[in-house]
Amino acid sequence: MIIAENVFKSFGETKVLKGITTSFYAGKNNLIIGKSGAGKTVLLKLLVGLLEPTEGRIMYGDRDFTAMDKKSKREIRMEVGMLFQGSALFDSMTVEENIRFPLDMFTSKTKKEKLDRVNYCLDRVEMVGVNDRYPSETSGGMQKRVGIARAIVLEPKYLFCDEPNSGLDPKTALLIDELIQSITYENDITTVINTHDMNSVMGIGDNIALLNEGQIAWQGNKNEVMDTDNTFLENFIFASPFLQRLRNDALANRRP
Amino acid sequence: MFKSLFFHIGQYLLLLKQAIARPEKPAMYWKEMMRQMNDIGIGSLIIVCLISVFIGAVTAVQFSYQLQDSFIPPYYIGYIVRDTTIIEMAPMITCLVLAGKVGSNIAAEIGGMRQKEHIDAMEIMGVNTAAYLITPKVLAAIVVIPMLVCVAAFMSIAGGLIASVAGGMITQADYVLGLQSFFDPYNVFMMFVKAVVFAFILTSVAAYQGYYVKGGSIELGAASTQAVVYSNIMILLSDYMIAMLLTQ
Repeated sequence: MIIAENVFKSFGETKVLKGITTSFYAGKNNLIIGKSGAGKTVLLKLLVGLLEPTEGRIMYGDRDFTAMDKKSKREIRMEVGMLFQGSALFDSMTVEENIRFPLDMFTSKTKKEKLDRVNYCLDRVEMVGVNDRYPSETSGGMQKRVGIARAIVLEPKYLFCDEPNSGLDPKTALLIDELIQSITYENDITTVINTHDMNSVMGIGDNIALLNEGQIAWQGNKNEVMDTDNTFLENFIFASPFLQRLRNDALANRRP
Repeated sequence: MFKSLFFHIGQYLLLLKQAIARPEKPAMYWKEMMRQMNDIGIGSLIIVCLISVFIGAVTAVQFSYQLQDSFIPPYYIGYIVRDTTIIEMAPMITCLVLAGKVGSNIAAEIGGMRQKEHIDAMEIMGVNTAAYLITPKVLAAIVVIPMLVCVAAFMSIAGGLIASVAGGMITQADYVLGLQSFFDPYNVFMMFVKAVVFAFILTSVAAYQGYYVKGGSIELGAASTQAVVYSNIMILLSDYMIAMLLTQ
């Protein structure tokens, strides 16, 4: 479990986060949603320690991540996997080398053990047989899957995904969502997903935090989204006439 | 301006402090260092040789022109080419050229990794990115650049021989006599000191420029240019300081 306690973040005079207090639970897909500029990426970067909060603290279980020195933070990061928006695969390395990189850097496994683990992760993300390809030789969806494989190769306790569906077609986006969801449930990982994608919200949102102007405007799960009377959430999720109509139909069908 | 200067000096020193750390996995650093040694050393050999031959040739021709109608014996051409090359030309010109070739490459490589979130990805894995990305490059340069400077010195002297003998300015025997005259091994020590210091400067300054790059491709281009400009200035400044310290 990860807890953000009264987290503030400013860049100069600009206040981006204004007192975020929320929890991200183990074995659940925790979604951070909100408009562009609401502070989602900043919150995610604070959670993984790429940024320091101006005020407040981030707790990994009972460990205060914010108060740790760099060395202790690195130890926590060994428990963390992250999928970046642009996948952040190393261009000069093959798919296999990309996934093997954390194993090479932090484990003393034999060559065969590493290869077995890489192949297991590739199999897990349905990317068997692409070991020798370079990232530039794969599609956006494949890169995301390789990114997930790299993120889970050290069996992390915490998985962070920044816009995992951005730039993908709806079908591939669904596949990525399903993949993240099954990995989360199988390994009881605390997964935090930063997303704009409404299919993700309604599909895998076990715990959803809506950010608006640097504050939590709503928190709940995918089942509570339909019945919400929160104006921010309504305006955000059911922004298009199509989704509004869908919601109205769903609510009308429920009435006796 | 001074505030910004002190800020960058401080940030540069802090980055170096961060880069001097126990490697997570020495084998990975070793592998990266070998790759860098190949890139910097083998990758720069041809350009260094080419430039050095011409520097030696031009020094010989120019000095021969200065000696015309003088009482200075012609074999001095060999002596002057040797000492100019060893003391100044080989370490300084080689490193200025390498600051352009290797320095800009390092700034662009690390800067590109920053922009594509590769550095963030490594940080999140728990890698000390300053150490992993910078230390192998600096160490590789400190090992390889003195070798390149040594090659440059030989090529420059050879260039002087070719130009002066082929141009009929001096006989080969005279040139060799000049090379053997008044030799002071301390000059070779000075050449290696310069090579090591310049190697450190051109890689660490370039790495600093790349590591903290912000923005897009224009900023990356600017960082690459700044890496070359600042390391050239630092090389010239340290050249003067080394000359002052080692010749007093």
